[in-house]
Amino acid sequence: MATPERILTDEMVEAIKALFPRYPTRQAVTLPALHIVNERLRYVPIPAVVEIARLLGLAPAEVQDTLSFYGFFKQDAPHGRTRAWVCRSISCALRGGEQVLDHMCHTLGVKPGETTSDGRVTLEFGECLGACDFAPCMLAGKTLYKDLTPERADQILQTFE
Amino acid sequence: MPQFEPILLANIATQNSHTRAVYESTGGYSALKKVLAEMQPPALIELVKSSNLRGRGGAGFPTGLKWTFLPKDHPGPIYMCINADESEPGTFNNRILMEEDPHQVIEGVILSCFATRAQTAYIYLRYEYPLSLERLQAALDECYAAGYLGKNILGSDFSLDIYLHRGAAAYICGEETGLIESLEGKRAWPRIKPPFPAVEGVFHKPTVVNNIETVACVVHIARRGADWFKSIGVPADPKNPRDPGSYGPKLYCLSGHVNKPGCYEAPLGITCRQLIDEYGGGVWKGRKGKAAIPGGISMGLLTEKEFDTPLDFAGPGKVGCLGLGTAAVVVLDETVSIVDFLHNSCRFFQHESCGQCTPCREGTRWALEMLERIKAGQGRLKDLDLLLEIGDSIGIIPGTTICGLADGAAWPIKNAIRKFRNEFEDYIKRTNPKGYAVTKAVKALPVVAAH
Repeated sequence: MATPERILTDEMVEAIKALFPRYPTRQAVTLPALHIVNERLRYVPIPAVVEIARLLGLAPAEVQDTLSFYGFFKQDAPHGRTRAWVCRSISCALRGGEQVLDHMCHTLGVKPGETTSDGRVTLEFGECLGACDFAPCMLAGKTLYKDLTPERADQILQTFE
Repeated sequence: MPQFEPILLANIATQNSHTRAVYESTGGYSALKKVLAEMQPPALIELVKSSNLRGRGGAGFPTGLKWTFLPKDHPGPIYMCINADESEPGTFNNRILMEEDPHQVIEGVILSCFATRAQTAYIYLRYEYPLSLERLQAALDECYAAGYLGKNILGSDFSLDIYLHRGAAAYICGEETGLIESLEGKRAWPRIKPPFPAVEGVFHKPTVVNNIETVACVVHIARRGADWFKSIGVPADPKNPRDPGSYGPKLYCLSGHVNKPGCYEAPLGITCRQLIDEYGGGVWKGRKGKAAIPGGISMGLLTEKEFDTPLDFAGPGKVGCLGLGTAAVVVLDETVSIVDFLHNSCRFFQHESCGQCTPCREGTRWALEMLERIKAGQGRLKDLDLLLEIGDSIGIIPGTTICGLADGAAWPIKNAIRKFRNEFEDYIKRTNPKGYAVTKAVKALPVVAAH
């Protein structure tokens, strides 16, 4: 029987194992491990779930159960090179956040949760990004974009690689 | 009343306020040194109890009392979970503290762990705060290097590790037991209590869950004493044994339709109007305020006439709101449709319900679908009573659901319809004058227009 192809690199495995001493159970490493894989692969495919489960001594179903709850982790395909969350909660909505999200959907030709066909951007709606003082706002990668307008969103989109 | 001096935000205007050097230059870690040299854990618990500090995360439970619920002489380990998952729409005070003054937060965590004899603390940080993650981690590294964390802190017999743990964008992780489940690596389904976390929390061990702003207050109580803390705020009401007072400084988040949104520190008891006018520069564009959320979206609404309500733990409850919550005030100007507001609110709670309890899972969806229908011009007047019934059915604590999310979803519904019923009726009569029954499925619609 052929050895199944590994998804997790040695580096990912080491990064996950390095977290073991922080917690009294291996299961507690589930979310950090999912983050490690998601950050590097931009998604967590099923084979990765199986490998994480093996590392943590869990059934794959347990890891999958956790993963699917959060909705944050992509599984079918990697998210775009930039993942952008546009806030649609009340403070942002009051200052035009929904219009910015609509505008960006239109510009990119996607619906929230989808990735542009060139793999450049995944657009998401966010439920309160906790930056209501800068409403409307968007978190893309590690950058918080403040006081958005549709025009400014267009400019920002152009800077994404 | 003497001029109020900001304490929690005292450092944030200083350049590099997030570094240990700046924090120490303003007296940072002096409370830790003093406590380790002079106090035993029970004395620190007693001090926090006597300050009447109430949790800043939303529920307002007395912090010192919570600590005393830990079993006595437990062999350990005891865990501290710091709730840095603030996701309540309108709320961002924890973010300001973590980004601008992470050492103040960490000193508070260390002191709280010392008091509760916890040897491991997890800061459960929401995913959406990458700068908080970066700054907290850098601050933790500085603390380990300086001997504030790790084994035998500052030569004492107290040892502590603090780890950052990232969430994955789910509001329910801010719920005490949802956070614990999530930290254990599972879906964040809140637990039935009892057992309470103090008895059996994370990893089946005694656990305290405290909010970021709460532990920041602990620093200043240790530094300045309980009397100082109690000199700020609103005293207990002698006629009402259920009102233990609202003491101390509070971070108020102000957003929505104001000229100067931001996070402001003020004594508990400031009124909503003072906050909007004196701190927020008034309602934007010279308009009138129509309503305000007193403390995060789940607290309900204040009408403009109720703007003089004091924002202490008791105030919003006296005008039909759920409570002070996170003290995050969101202002709605006169052009906002309350129908739009309620749709936004219902959509949020439907999206964030964890789905464990039927009344919440089904009730939030039902309410959202009705609001979508009303917005699409297919509302009927009787829908309003049905919405109120849903609100009353899903939001009764204790009883129908395991955690408070359903209650949080119910209050905006009950409040908006009771306080603005005319507006809902006008909207329905205008958009569906003949009261036609539903004829087609309604798709999600954009909310609140930009003004």
